[in-house]
Amino acid sequence: MKIDKDTLHKLAHLARLELDPSNEKEMLNSLSEILTWVEKLNELDTKDVDPLVSMSYELNAFREDKVTEELPREEGLANAPRHDDKFFIVPKVIE
Amino acid sequence: MSDLKDKNSFEAVIGLEVHVQLQTKSKVFSPDANKFGSEPNQHIHVISLGHPGSMPKLNKKALEYAIEMGLACHSEIGRYNFFDRKNYFYPDLPKGYQVTQDKTPICKGGYVEIGFDTNTPKKIMLHKIHMEEDAGKLMHVDGKDISAVDYNRAGVPLIEIVTDPMITSSQDAGAFLTEIRKMVRFLGISDGHMEEGSLRCDANVSIRKKGVTTLGNKVEVKNLNSIRYVQKAIEVEIERQTNLTLQGKKIISETRLFDPEKNQTYGMRMKEELNDYRYFPEPDLAPFVVDDTMLDDIRKKMAKLPRQYYDDFTQKYGLPAYDALVITEKRDFAHLFEETVAHTTCYKQVSNWLMGPIKSYLKENGTSLRKLSLTGAMLADLVNLVEKGTVSYTVACQNIFPEVIKTGKAPHDIAHDMNLVQESDSDVLMPVIKEVLAQNADKVAMYKSGKKGLLGMFMGEVMKKTNGKADPKLTNQLLVESLA
Amino acid sequence: MKTYRSLAEIQKAIASGNITCKQLVEQYLQVINEKSHLNVFLEVFAEEAIAKADVVDEKIRAGRQGRLAGMVISLKDVLCYKGHRLQAGSRILEGFVSQFTGTAVQRLLDEDAIVIGRTNCDEFAMGSSSENSAYGPVVNAAGEKRVPGGSSGGSAVSVQSDMCLLSLGTDTGGSVRQPASFCGIVGYKPTYSRISRYGLLAYASSFDTIGTFAHTIEDTALTLEIMAGHDDYDSTVSHEPVLPYSTLLSNNKKYKIAYLKEPLASPEISAPVKGAVEDAITWLKNDGHTVEPVEFNYLDYVLPTYYILTTAEASSNLSRYDGVKYGYRSKSHVNLETMYKKSRSEAFGKEVQRRILLGTFVLSASYYDAFYTKALKARKLIQQATRDILKEYDFIILPTSPTVAFKLGEHTKNPLEMYLADLFTVQASVAGVPAISIPYGEDNEGMPIGLQLIADAFQEEKLLAFSRHILNARKKG
Repeated sequence: MKIDKDTLHKLAHLARLELDPSNEKEMLNSLSEILTWVEKLNELDTKDVDPLVSMSYELNAFREDKVTEELPREEGLANAPRHDDKFFIVPKVIE
Repeated sequence: MSDLKDKNSFEAVIGLEVHVQLQTKSKVFSPDANKFGSEPNQHIHVISLGHPGSMPKLNKKALEYAIEMGLACHSEIGRYNFFDRKNYFYPDLPKGYQVTQDKTPICKGGYVEIGFDTNTPKKIMLHKIHMEEDAGKLMHVDGKDISAVDYNRAGVPLIEIVTDPMITSSQDAGAFLTEIRKMVRFLGISDGHMEEGSLRCDANVSIRKKGVTTLGNKVEVKNLNSIRYVQKAIEVEIERQTNLTLQGKKIISETRLFDPEKNQTYGMRMKEELNDYRYFPEPDLAPFVVDDTMLDDIRKKMAKLPRQYYDDFTQKYGLPAYDALVITEKRDFAHLFEETVAHTTCYKQVSNWLMGPIKSYLKENGTSLRKLSLTGAMLADLVNLVEKGTVSYTVACQNIFPEVIKTGKAPHDIAHDMNLVQESDSDVLMPVIKEVLAQNADKVAMYKSGKKGLLGMFMGEVMKKTNGKADPKLTNQLLVESLA
Repeated sequence: MKTYRSLAEIQKAIASGNITCKQLVEQYLQVINEKSHLNVFLEVFAEEAIAKADVVDEKIRAGRQGRLAGMVISLKDVLCYKGHRLQAGSRILEGFVSQFTGTAVQRLLDEDAIVIGRTNCDEFAMGSSSENSAYGPVVNAAGEKRVPGGSSGGSAVSVQSDMCLLSLGTDTGGSVRQPASFCGIVGYKPTYSRISRYGLLAYASSFDTIGTFAHTIEDTALTLEIMAGHDDYDSTVSHEPVLPYSTLLSNNKKYKIAYLKEPLASPEISAPVKGAVEDAITWLKNDGHTVEPVEFNYLDYVLPTYYILTTAEASSNLSRYDGVKYGYRSKSHVNLETMYKKSRSEAFGKEVQRRILLGTFVLSASYYDAFYTKALKARKLIQQATRDILKEYDFIILPTSPTVAFKLGEHTKNPLEMYLADLFTVQASVAGVPAISIPYGEDNEGMPIGLQLIADAFQEEKLLAFSRHILNARKKG
């Protein structure tokens, strides 16, 4: 299945990626090739098959409503690229 | 005039999406605390921050609370359930996806009755109730080109209640929200504070010509911080859409924000993107099955709902609709009424006490029933004292009640200790009455010739002579008899 | 310097006073240094490992050591270890320090295993050659212009070249088995959900499995036994009881073994590999087992199913790398939108970006049913068919990889070519069943060949015991 530039741009935006023109073509080609390849699944008759939604053999994995541990604020902020003593800082968000 | 007629040819169709924060101790998928009002980023965990390698685990209590709401709304509880991921980017969303329920909402259908105290009750039909996690909070920093993120709220359990698009007025929308708020508070699953954000509402508003069955383009209105604002926003939005339509313009499906100061809705500055959330089943959580045993357990544990109290109060205790509504506004009031009527049959009087002196006291002193040591037995005692004529209502209100609150002593003890028991013995009162009438023979004559108002003056004299302890009712009765 | 290839040997040597843990660690550190051109380690915890070794030596003297005392391990750079950096072979997690230790790692630490460092791998475990790392490719010690396989190449080579005794890797579509095969060691992938994933940096959540690289089945079984089992922090981990695998390895049963016809006939498979598998089949028959070919009609659909589902899950799992709470944030952004886009585009490698875009596509509203739902259905069919074979037969036998280790740069031009390398390992991952690669000879250039065995879900002890049987026979023969 071939995808066009417009679709690629939409995908990139959804994934918050930007491709510069030099690698755009290569990405477009490889994605189209891979999609064509995976389309092979259309050969399979799956009319009466249920999708395998969970690989886990478990059901009802619950926890008790208890506060058992918290990350101290300092530690939580320590990995942040930008922060002050209380908050994680990001560029201004306009609503 | 034709303008009004044109306007009246339209009807509004409103759907509400209500988010309720569940007041569990810990968050829905992680063991950090679910606490409002703390210092920023004090309640975080590697799981709620979305660290690499972290994994969610479902808080059983959050599930139980969600089911309670579903049962309270007569919804069908989903038996085989799983969670989905809703994918989008925003700084307050640590994982870049929200864990929610898209395909299997925990509750389907159901309804909430409003106006059940009137002769036009309505059922507001629900589409579904589903569970999801809350995002963190984004704060704007004045004067700087940065924003600050606080993740205390990230991962707090939410239920989202979605109505069918069948609400037809802002009044009904308000009544619905009021009932939802009462329900969650009575159930004890949320404190339902719109100002604090534990109850949030978005309104979807559209209009159509009366008689048409298809829906018009809907506009979503957000930023509604109180029930009043929800109502106002709906009203101004209906007005806006009606005007546009009458001008021959189209209604664009969009999200608008409500400006309470200007009393209008406005479109968002940034062009809204049609987001593709790419929902898919959450692979890090196991599916969960709700069986009959679990449902029965939850039903047994569930607190009584405001509607159930209302029905009891009106049907079992014969209270007027108005009283029942007032007393079922708050859970502690409803509890106290029930507790009290276990010790007295003066139901209306109990209601009067709750609606009157007690409510005033709480308001004046900025406190709540929970903080007072007033038990049902004590209130019954007060009511009975007045009913038996041991003290007058005024004395009970103004003297005994405050003392009960202050000391926690039993009302009848206070009445005796403070020498407030009124004189209800006619043998004691008659001589006093005779004395008063004898000393005011001229007034007696005036009374007999038509000045009935003088009765009050005689009452006052008797009260003076008995240091205020004469039983006013009995005194009145005896005076009237004596003056006949 | 004596080279130790099993914990039993090491513990015996320590007991006889021939070596201490500290000396062992120093020995490994020396090898790491000498072979640094293999680009195995992203970080070596030298001082810490020596300090821990001292502690373990003390415990041994006092007679209160854990079961893994004397075992030195390495961790693939996707396993959380508190206070240590974690990068997933990527620039996007530069500087990130884990703030908790994953359950599996903790259980090994609790038994006195010593962690000597974190190993290089394909970025975010996406790859089959360890050439996709942002920190340079890993090199196969068996042939120095060759890849070690991927994505856990660093872990494989760390064991292969005696930089440690055992390594934890991760296997999502073959990332432990295939490198094991290329490097001539034992690579084990347990049943999906056998080991907790808490602390495993997620690539594809319904496929990711922690696995081990070792020289012996005994060491594989012991570490599995210690790591496996229920964990409060993982909602998907199995409650299935954990048997004492290390004590259940003696086995002389005769089995019914299936082999898939198609792989052996496929043009992808190289002559030496084909020869090795055919030898194995003959040997097994002579050893008294029934070995029969079976039909598997879904072989052509296994890889597409795998790539649709893993890229879909990965596209979501990698959204958290946004430069907000941790990791790399681009310096050249001007607003929130560009911060996201530039950070992610500058720091994610090409293959990672490709898979994110692919995953985003298959999950997008217009294509969800055609690709994602379809793949979920295909997965159901593949899992069912595989388990049906495994109900009738005790094992499935097949090559681990169609070829021996290929040359560096050989498949990097075309991603699809690289994906096809996973042909034989992906089936067990799609079905969620356990699989192992054991060394089974070499080609005439000395490049190792791996033989793969697959068993049904939660049959770890059977798979391990039989693998041991085969390996022991080869040692003697």
